[in-house]
Amino acid sequence: MDIKQAFRLAVKSLLGSKMRSFLTMLGIIIGVGSVIVLVSLVNGMSQDMVSTFESMGTNLISVTVMGRGGNRTVTPDEMQTLVDENPDTIGAMSPSISISGATVKYSSDNVTASCVGVNEFYGEVNNAAVAEGRAIAYMDVEQRARNCVIGTYLVNELFAGADPLGETIRINGESFQVVGVLEETQGGEEGSEDATVLIPYTVAQRLSQTFMVSSYSFSAKNKDTVDAAMDIIDSFLLQKFSSSDAYRVFNQADALTQVNELTGTMTLVLVGVAGISLLVGGIGIMNIMLVSVTERTREIGVRKSLGATPWDILSQFVVEAITTSSVGGIIGILFGIAAAYLAAALMQMSVAISLPAILIAFSVSAIIGVTFGFFPARKASKLNPIEALRYD
Amino acid sequence: MIELTDIYKIYTDGDSEIHALDGISLRVERGEFVAIVGASGSGKSTCMNIVGCLDVPTSGRYCLNGTDVSTMGEYELAHIRNKELGFVFQQYNLIPKLTVQENVELPLVYRGIKPAKRQELAMAALERVGLGDRSNKLPSQLSGGQQQRVSIARALAGQPPVILADEPTGALDSHTGREVLTFLKKLNREGTTIVLITHDNSIAAELPRVVRIQDGKILSDTPNPAATGLGEVAG
Repeated sequence: MDIKQAFRLAVKSLLGSKMRSFLTMLGIIIGVGSVIVLVSLVNGMSQDMVSTFESMGTNLISVTVMGRGGNRTVTPDEMQTLVDENPDTIGAMSPSISISGATVKYSSDNVTASCVGVNEFYGEVNNAAVAEGRAIAYMDVEQRARNCVIGTYLVNELFAGADPLGETIRINGESFQVVGVLEETQGGEEGSEDATVLIPYTVAQRLSQTFMVSSYSFSAKNKDTVDAAMDIIDSFLLQKFSSSDAYRVFNQADALTQVNELTGTMTLVLVGVAGISLLVGGIGIMNIMLVSVTERTREIGVRKSLGATPWDILSQFVVEAITTSSVGGIIGILFGIAAAYLAAALMQMSVAISLPAILIAFSVSAIIGVTFGFFPARKASKLNPIEALRYD
Repeated sequence: MIELTDIYKIYTDGDSEIHALDGISLRVERGEFVAIVGASGSGKSTCMNIVGCLDVPTSGRYCLNGTDVSTMGEYELAHIRNKELGFVFQQYNLIPKLTVQENVELPLVYRGIKPAKRQELAMAALERVGLGDRSNKLPSQLSGGQQQRVSIARALAGQPPVILADEPTGALDSHTGREVLTFLKKLNREGTTIVLITHDNSIAAELPRVVRIQDGKILSDTPNPAATGLGEVAG
């Protein structure tokens, strides 16, 4: 019996009892569907994170100082000296004092933004250019000037797109004059880089009432000196604190690797869970195939009496199982893609449909058909034709 | 054509042995129409299974068309059934999900014949049994007599030299049964060797040679001069 004919028969037999076929496939549909949904969402999330990190630049080195009790700390001036002494490796440095969830007010409008105290090198360190006006300058830092540079989200929300330069806004109740607007990087959305207010770090120290600067951003001279720059900063801080637990030096590339590892692990766990449901689906197929073999005992006897070899019978039932599981797989893939987009729309997540995931899911469902269809098919092929013909 | 020599079929049930066939020897020549008659349990079904290559004898020799099939394996037997034999069953045994034509094509499918040729042969067989216009129906849409004719067409499709009919009229009313029997006689006149199994003496009485089986042995093997009026009815 040729394979085309066998597939035609299998499709016919599937269509012959639609409800049963659907229930048989359900396990596979759910299994494959959930693989597609989960992998797509995790992929989307990881792509979002990667693009965020990349927009920050891979030259960026972040330093967090936890301190070690006592008053030992590291000052911005010391850090600046470090930059000046190593012009070949380190590009620039800016302190980074975050006042998170700051309320920014203009006339009667309020928005929440992330307020960061920086110095004049912020733009260079973070790849952040100013679109209008000017950036925070050395004199702002020195004179503790109440000047600020705002992101486009704030321009849109507070000034409705009107020119904000020279206007006075209030950050947590303190007045600041807007001297510049940052270039838009993430579509001006809430909670993104565009919802930032930059102020001189010396002012931020006062606002947050902490004089110890616990966070610095450095940029390496270029991509190739990132590791060298990190070593220099690390050895400087180690000397300062005599313990590597008192600070942390890390690079965006490292963070990126960590994110990838994390999402990789997540994907594996999720795929493992989905794999279990595929296994259950396969057992469902085996169960129905066994019932089908019993029901069609007489048919098998007739086919054998007409000259079907055990191989003919075996392939007929295996092809039927493969068809069931593959059709289930295809439905599962379509269902999974639809569900991924739906979930993404509802939860405002990104989706990235992964072609390899689709191919793997489809092959796995076909393999499940062969694996779980084989046992019932073998049973069918071994039936004694005389007994099978006598079966009622 | 069919040559059974000293065939034994012995089943063991615990310690006791059951001799389903107890030394049967039988020769059927090409073109014969033989009735094998016996009560249930007489061994006639076992005999049919062995002649039909569905089963192998415990001992003895069975030559079909000059080939010794008594020692063949499963695959060779399937091949012999496909090429040399056509089966007609009491319960028709058509596959309900397949159309009439697809049912008739089945033996050709297993012979590996291409679809176009298959269709041609199947239609020819259906025309022969007078059901050429029902090829796209499902078996359930036909009457019992028509279904039996489809099963005869299926047996004929592969043009085997021998047709084995196991109680072909058993499930039919006497009128339809007679039609089917008449049709088998016509096939026999056209050159097909037919072995028919029945417990019905009135059917056996119409056939030219009657072999009676009892307790696994041949009781009598007699030509039947009463069945000379073979040509009287045409299908």
